[in-house]
Amino acid sequence: MIKIKIRKEISKRKYILFAVLSFLALLVAWLLASGSGAIKEIFLPRPGSVVTYYLESIKDGSLWINAKISIYRITLGFVYAVILGIPIGIMVGTFKKWEAVIRPLCEFIRYMPVPAFVPLIMVWVGIDESAKITVIFIGTFFQLVLMVADDARSVPDDLISAGYTLGSGTGNTIFKIIIPAMMPRLMETLRMMIGWAWTYLVSAELVAANTGLGYTILKSQRFLKTDAIFGGILLIGLLGLITDRIFAFLNKKLFSWAEGGR
Amino acid sequence: MGLLKRKKTDFSVREEHIEANLANSIVYVRNLQKVYSSAKGSVTAVKDININVLENEFVSIVGPSGCGKSTLLRMIAGLETATDGQIVIRDRNIIGPGADRGMVFQSYTLFPWMTVGNNIKFGFKLRKMPKEQQEEIVNRYLKIIKLEKFKNSFPRELSGGMKQRVAIARALADSPEVLLMDEPFSALDPKTREDMQLLMRQIWQEEKPTVIFVTHDIEEAVFLSGKIYVLTSRPGIVKEEIPILLPYNRDLSLKDTEEFVKLRKQVNAFIEHGEI
Repeated sequence: MIKIKIRKEISKRKYILFAVLSFLALLVAWLLASGSGAIKEIFLPRPGSVVTYYLESIKDGSLWINAKISIYRITLGFVYAVILGIPIGIMVGTFKKWEAVIRPLCEFIRYMPVPAFVPLIMVWVGIDESAKITVIFIGTFFQLVLMVADDARSVPDDLISAGYTLGSGTGNTIFKIIIPAMMPRLMETLRMMIGWAWTYLVSAELVAANTGLGYTILKSQRFLKTDAIFGGILLIGLLGLITDRIFAFLNKKLFSWAEGGR
Repeated sequence: MGLLKRKKTDFSVREEHIEANLANSIVYVRNLQKVYSSAKGSVTAVKDININVLENEFVSIVGPSGCGKSTLLRMIAGLETATDGQIVIRDRNIIGPGADRGMVFQSYTLFPWMTVGNNIKFGFKLRKMPKEQQEEIVNRYLKIIKLEKFKNSFPRELSGGMKQRVAIARALADSPEVLLMDEPFSALDPKTREDMQLLMRQIWQEEKPTVIFVTHDIEEAVFLSGKIYVLTSRPGIVKEEIPILLPYNRDLSLKDTEEFVKLRKQVNAFIEHGEI
C-alpha cells in the first residue's frame, strides 16, 4: 500500500519548530565555519562581530537613520507603483483592447535589467531621492501590472455572468464584482511585490546615495568590512520578512470570507 | 409526441395551463443557430432550434452532454450571441443579458464577500429599491428556501445545496420574467439533489415562475417539468417536444409510480435511439 506523503498536513507546532530549527541550523553552520578558523574573518565574519557592528551602529544612530531612509524609499516607490499599477492592471485584466496595448509592452520592459537603468535615471531625474524612488518604481511597476491583470482575469466567468443576469452593467460589474472578488489575490500580489521592492533597494542606492541600508552595504564592500555587509543583508532580510508577515496578517483579517480561508 | 398525448391516465389534476395559456408565450426562440468558428474550421453547436415557453410554464431541455443545451440557455440569457435566428422575450429581441432573465448556474456563483442577505439584495441595490422593501423581499425568499437563520452568514459557511438555494432565491427575488437554470443540482450529492428537486417543485407550485431548466438527468426533468424538449447532439437539434402530463401537486413518491417510470423511459428512448 502507498503511504500518502505528498502535501500531507503537519501540525502548526511542528511547522514552527521546523522553521525555527532551519534558522538555528544556519546559525550553527555559520558559527562552526567562522569559528574553526578555516575561513578568514575577512571572507566570513563571526556572528559576534556582526552583533558588535549592530550594537555600534545602534549606539551612533546610523542604523536607525539608514533603515528609516531605506524604508521611506521603498514605501514611496512601491506606493507609486501600486497607485498607477492597480488601475491599469485591472483594465488589462478586464478589457482585451487594454490587454493588447499594455501586456506585450510590459512583458518586454520587465525583462530589462533594472540596475542597467540606473545611469539613465541619473540623467533623467537627477541624483536626489526621486532617483532612488524611480528605481524601485521601475523594478516593481511592470511586474505589478501583469500580476494585477492576472488577478482580475482569475475572477470566475460565472461570477461575472451572474452579475449580468442580475442587471449589473459594465461599470457595476467592475466595481461591485471584479474588484471585491479579486481583493484576496490582489493582497497576495502586493505582498509579493513589496518583497521585490526590497530586493531592488541595493540597486536604488547605487544612485549617488550617502545613506540607506543598500548604500551601507556598497560602502562596506569598498573597505572589505564584511561584518557590516552581513549586518546590512540580514537586516534587509529581516525587514522584508516583517513586511511580508504584516501583509499576510492583513489578508487573513480582511478577507476571512475567502473560500478555503487561507 | 402524439403518442404521449393520446394516452389517458387516471390522475385527476393535470397541468392544464399548458393548453390554457397558449397565447401567453414569454420566451420565443426561432431558427436559432450557433456556429463556433476557429482556424481549424467551424463547428455547429446548435441548429434550427425552435422553442416556445409559456407564462408560468416549467420547461426542461434535456440531451446528451455536448448537445449544446447549455449554449442554448446561455444564448437566451444573452451571455452568448447567436450566429443566426431570433430570441424574443415578450416583445423584446434579445441581444444581451439583463435582469429580466435570472439565471442559476451549475457552479456556485454567490458573491463570497457578501452575506446571504446581501447576495439576495444585489439586484435591488443596483436599482436603488427602498430599504424596507429590500428587507421585506429578502425575508420572504429566505423563508421560501428555508434559510431564515442564515441571513447574515457568508457563503463559505454554507453547504453546496444551501448555496444553490440562495442562488435560486437571489435570481427569483429580482422577479425576472423567466428563470434560467443550467444544471443547478448536478454538483450535489444524490440525497441533496432530490431535496432540491422537491423544493424547486414546491417553489414553482407556489410562486409560478416561468422556468427553463437544463439538465442531463431525465428523472429530474420529468419530475420538475410540464414540458420537455429533447436535443440531439452535434449539432444540437430539437428532436422532440414532450408534454409531461403528471399530477400538479408532486412529491418524491411520484417517481415510483408507473406513469412516471413510463414517461422517463420514453424520454430516455428519444435520447438513446434518436427515434422511437
